[in-house]
Amino acid sequence: MSSVLFDTPGPKAKRLYAVVGAVSIVALLLVLWFVLSKLGDKGQLTSAKWKPFLTGEIWTEYLIPGLIGTLKAAAISVALALLLGVLLGVGRLSAARWIRWPSGVIVEFFRAVPVLLMMLFTYALYGHYNLFPSEQLPLAAVVTGLTLYNGSVVAELVRSGVYSLPKGQNEAALAVGLTTGKTMRLVLLPQAITAMLPAIVGQLVVILKDTALGYIITYEELLRKAEQIGNYKSNLLPALLFVGALFVIINYFVSLIANWVERRTRRRGRSAGGPIAPDQIDQAAVATAAAAANTVGQGGQSAI
Amino acid sequence: MDLISELFSEYPIFGAFKTTIELTVVSAVFALLIGTAVAVMRVSPIRVLQVIGTGYVNIVRNTPLTLVIVFCNLGLLVQLGLQLADPNSPTSIDDNNFRLAILGLSVYHASFVAEAIRSGVNTVPLGQAEAARAIGLPFLKTLRHVVLPQAFRGAIAPLGNVLIALTKNSTVASVIGVADSSGTMKEMMENRPDVLFVTFGIFAIGFVILTMPVGILFTSLSKRLAVKR
Repeated sequence: MSSVLFDTPGPKAKRLYAVVGAVSIVALLLVLWFVLSKLGDKGQLTSAKWKPFLTGEIWTEYLIPGLIGTLKAAAISVALALLLGVLLGVGRLSAARWIRWPSGVIVEFFRAVPVLLMMLFTYALYGHYNLFPSEQLPLAAVVTGLTLYNGSVVAELVRSGVYSLPKGQNEAALAVGLTTGKTMRLVLLPQAITAMLPAIVGQLVVILKDTALGYIITYEELLRKAEQIGNYKSNLLPALLFVGALFVIINYFVSLIANWVERRTRRRGRSAGGPIAPDQIDQAAVATAAAAANTVGQGGQSAI
Repeated sequence: MDLISELFSEYPIFGAFKTTIELTVVSAVFALLIGTAVAVMRVSPIRVLQVIGTGYVNIVRNTPLTLVIVFCNLGLLVQLGLQLADPNSPTSIDDNNFRLAILGLSVYHASFVAEAIRSGVNTVPLGQAEAARAIGLPFLKTLRHVVLPQAFRGAIAPLGNVLIALTKNSTVASVIGVADSSGTMKEMMENRPDVLFVTFGIFAIGFVILTMPVGILFTSLSKRLAVKR
């Protein structure tokens, strides 16, 4: 698109672009220099503050356990959210009103309530009734919060995935004598899941990021470990920046995988409907809500 | 009913939601400004600006919001001494944390705003930009008079999603001590563990009340304001 917004530059425009480009590089360097000199003034750039990240101790005692904590919470939540999401999504598509309605209310409720509130609530709840041993308590609360929210998101994905299939799929399955349950299980769901696979992988980024909310309820994940490193080596700022960079790298790779899955799905065309792009998650939900109105733009922002 | 009115009189629940709304509205304004600037950079003809815009979106989008907010407090305030409020005023600690939370929320959500606007730019037919160029408008004028007005109207639905997410994400501000809804809920749950469900119910319904109208409003706006083509 961007190339359509401007003409191929002529000599004058080329000169202008070069000047603006150079000015912005200089501005960027100035900002960088300003930040670095400020950091230097505050003594944040000394080797004592950055060296620890090259030592084995920081990795074996802090970073790797933190990484495991983050990945463990994310992995359990993904598995449970998929299960819950498929159940709720199929529930919302059910022909029986007494299944469809409660499923809809549950999905809308958990999509509207902040994940943090759910974590705080389940943390207090599990603690008050001693439902989990105290060392598992934060993990249980993190997983519950993430599962409930992301399960609802997956439910919306399942629903929009099934809606994106051509009507003939459903009709043909019923015509050969399959029951509605078998139609869903054998024909619609497999295709819907193929179509929504990229979006589900994209949702992984959201889950990975949201595990950091566990910091608030004392779950031992990367952010909490960064704070501990900061207290131990008195290099809080470098530790936060380092862990932030770790998050960016991990999530960037996950989004690359999501894009790759999308391209692959598109190429192989295993589903009668097109794939739902990772950055269309909320878009898809809006589109279903608006009954496929032609007003909603294609593409969209990635899930937040 | 007695219990609920007792909770409402004992704890500043309305004040907490007022803080949540303030955080949301102010951050939304800043996020819209930063996000628009980033989106313009990403579609501009100048390579350096494109790289800066893309870099911003890719870095910020992949960082957890909790980390951003914690960094604003522990990193910017405690380690670097960045003061956003008058240090002599009696409420300077609260003001500082409130403003740092707004800074973090704005920077974080700006990347999603930028993506939403870019998707809005994609809804504008090629002919519009081509026609603008054909009558001799330079890039910035093409953007300002022709493409962006239509792009905003095409981006209303995703922008609404960002606003809803921002409303919910503003609860993370409690991690640096802003007395918003999640901070108040946490306090209530610690003091009254006997009424956990009622407390959670009050706050959950509060968020449903906050986010539902926004969703409905933006869906109807996106239909009403859509460019007829």
